[in-house]
Amino acid sequence: MNGVADRFRRLTGHRLFWPALVLVAMIAANAIHRPGFLSIEVKNGHLYGTPIDILRLSAPLILVALGMTLVIATGGIDLSVGSLCAISGAIACLYISEAPDQNSLASVFTALALAVGAALVLGAWNGVLVAVIGIQPIIATLILMVAGRGLAQLVTEGQIITVNSGPYRAIGLGHVLTLPLAIVIALAAALLVAAFTRRTALGLIVESVGGNAEASRLAGIRSSRTVFLVYVVSAACAALAGFMMTANVSSADGNAAGLWVELDAILAVVIGGTSLAGGRFSLGGTILGALLIQTLTTTVYAMNISPQTSLLFKAVVVIAVCLIQSPAFRATLTRRRRGGAPRPELRQREKEQVPA
Amino acid sequence: MTGSPPVLTMTGISKTFPGVRALHDVDFRLFPGEVHALMGENGAGKSTLIKVLTGVYEIDAGTITLAGEQVAFTGPMRAAAAGVSTVYQEVNLCTNLSVAENIFIGREPRRLGAIRWGEMRRRARELLARLDLDLDVTAQLGTYSLAVQQMVAIARAIDVRARVLILDEPTSSLDAGEVAQLFRIMRQLRDQGIAILFVTHFLDQVYAVADRITVLRNGTLVGEYRTGELPQFSLVEKMLGKELDVLERLDEQQKRTVAVRSAAAPLVDAAELGRRGAVAPFSLRIHAGEVVGLAGLLGSGRTEVARLLFGADRADHGQVTLDGGRVSLRSPVQAIDRGVGFCSENRRAEGVIPELSVRENMILAMQAARGWLRPIPRRRQDELVERYVKALSIRPADPELPVRNLSGGNQQKVLLARWLITEPRLLILDEPTRGIDVGAKAEIQKLVLELSDGGMAVLFISAELEEVLRLSHRVAVMRDRTMVAQLDNDDALDADGVMRTIARGAGSGEAIR
Repeated sequence: MNGVADRFRRLTGHRLFWPALVLVAMIAANAIHRPGFLSIEVKNGHLYGTPIDILRLSAPLILVALGMTLVIATGGIDLSVGSLCAISGAIACLYISEAPDQNSLASVFTALALAVGAALVLGAWNGVLVAVIGIQPIIATLILMVAGRGLAQLVTEGQIITVNSGPYRAIGLGHVLTLPLAIVIALAAALLVAAFTRRTALGLIVESVGGNAEASRLAGIRSSRTVFLVYVVSAACAALAGFMMTANVSSADGNAAGLWVELDAILAVVIGGTSLAGGRFSLGGTILGALLIQTLTTTVYAMNISPQTSLLFKAVVVIAVCLIQSPAFRATLTRRRRGGAPRPELRQREKEQVPA
Repeated sequence: MTGSPPVLTMTGISKTFPGVRALHDVDFRLFPGEVHALMGENGAGKSTLIKVLTGVYEIDAGTITLAGEQVAFTGPMRAAAAGVSTVYQEVNLCTNLSVAENIFIGREPRRLGAIRWGEMRRRARELLARLDLDLDVTAQLGTYSLAVQQMVAIARAIDVRARVLILDEPTSSLDAGEVAQLFRIMRQLRDQGIAILFVTHFLDQVYAVADRITVLRNGTLVGEYRTGELPQFSLVEKMLGKELDVLERLDEQQKRTVAVRSAAAPLVDAAELGRRGAVAPFSLRIHAGEVVGLAGLLGSGRTEVARLLFGADRADHGQVTLDGGRVSLRSPVQAIDRGVGFCSENRRAEGVIPELSVRENMILAMQAARGWLRPIPRRRQDELVERYVKALSIRPADPELPVRNLSGGNQQKVLLARWLITEPRLLILDEPTRGIDVGAKAEIQKLVLELSDGGMAVLFISAELEEVLRLSHRVAVMRDRTMVAQLDNDDALDADGVMRTIARGAGSGEAIR
């Protein structure tokens, strides 16, 4: 047996190999372009540096993408997460701005609880539309995606609410144990969701419903309950992300907060190897996907790519990642190079494929 | 016939999937103007051989020669263009398109890029006339029965000036009359010089229509025989590779009598249960340890009865008593809670979760019953799975393989295991042996007998009367969505008797109770 080649093949066959490789390549490119890129220093007992910034800035996206992973695994999609970020951020900021002492921990926690509560209600609304009434997820959540911006505007009365609250600001910019608090929160949420799905049978049930809803129903799974639940979880994750986004800038803008984050989140999930058709999901993959997207955004700024072309640059990288992840595409490439007779990929394998 | 050279020759074909050696050094040839049956158990490699031939899979080794030229198709479309067309077991057509569109999809007659609709309809009508079918070619395909859809699939296949027509289990969803019609078409096409490769699990059908038989076993070639020179008995032996003791023992088994049905209260008592548009109100009692067979033609309401008893559909009439207590079966959850299990006839759409592993598929019903907060400990899962993989001889015996990598018969066993793990008191089996090979079939039949001896009540649905009669204590007969009779399976009852009841409907002398 050719052990090394075998191990190499198994490694490249792993569904996260290619996204991980792209991430490493991007970091390497950055490090070459700007030698200080990888340096991390300690100031006042806190870690600082570009890698830390990337982690910190990717925290909201990781949160949103975690919830999105579960929704997509059931075969659904949640377009309303961006609006939910804006609504929860707006509610929290509104409450804090009207509190007598903006720095009091009690008012901040009340504000967070209120905002999370509102997000849960809105998540339940999504869940009812999809799981009980049976509207297609993309349409059902489109309602709140559009109407939610209006709701956020209502809360802020069309203004940008600024707050001056230390504790709230800390959600976005604070540190614990030398690490930015946002990373710790995102990590904790990831561990919680992982425990929630993999330590219980929820993960299996979600994958089963996404794999074949009717067969799952006939096996005694209460599919609609599960589907309802994932939309609520997704809304809760979005609310947390909303706090971070608004805390970063100490203000809530109903129009701008969380704008297009749903698309980045879907992208992170897909890059992470979860099929949009539902079924098997990978939380680790999603986190990797979110990091990749954030690194890309940071790279665009760090390399001084002009704002006019930055979106195009991002699009090209994303397309490359999606293509390189597809075995069918890789097979086409290999074939070209070897010049052998064109052969089709297995049909079954194509079905597993990720690219959106 | 044999005077002419073979139109298709496959030599030394090998194909390996991760963990499974599907084909090993298989030879196969096909002469023009013959019907050639490809036989073998599930997982013997029949489907793989076909997919290799039509370019769905690429081969690891071997050569394929079509009409003297070596070929390697890159997909079914290319194969069809070269004259090798396939009609699959599950009809792969678009039910939302018209009959004519389905026949010509992908190769519509065009002029300057625009589809010539009139021409397309005319040619569709001609093709169907060749198959003695009189259909409205502009109607949506979905408005026709599955059997007709199958014929349309054949019409689509033979249009491409086929030299080789592959029929992969075309008869598994057809009733006797439709099978006869299909055979007439097959003979007609054969006489036109087309080579037909025919895959089926029905031995009788092989002897009715095939000229030659090739047998595969475990991915290797057993041999090629003329149908007349291979008695049915030796065919089965060659497929199984062992003596027929299992089957024989089943055949020797006496008729099961009504002995079990005592004065004890029935386990299940359905009173005037019905659902408008699905099945007329019926009453049915099943005792613990009793096997009740459900006989009737395709579409007679057999599956609908099963679905009502399982709560898969809601009854709008009547009530069900389980173990003396009235239950409302609003969803499968309630039925499972009370010890009912249901293996759907539609394995693919309502049975397996394709991408989940064998293990996960098996424990699914039990896990669902426990609720997601109480996961089954991994060690217990492995124990259960190992036990049933062994007991049902599921192959390959790797519990972590995605279930879609298994053959149809083995998927069926996985589904059976899913319910057996829940230890149901009533197990409803809807066509559990359809489309699977004799060996697995015998195993499943034996299992049903054992389960009922162990006190489980079984509702056994099958289109094969012999099977129903072999296993059941009692036979309920369905006709036109009505339960017309319930017959005790005593010495006086035979397949003819059931058939007469199906034909005659209610009011026959034998219809008691």
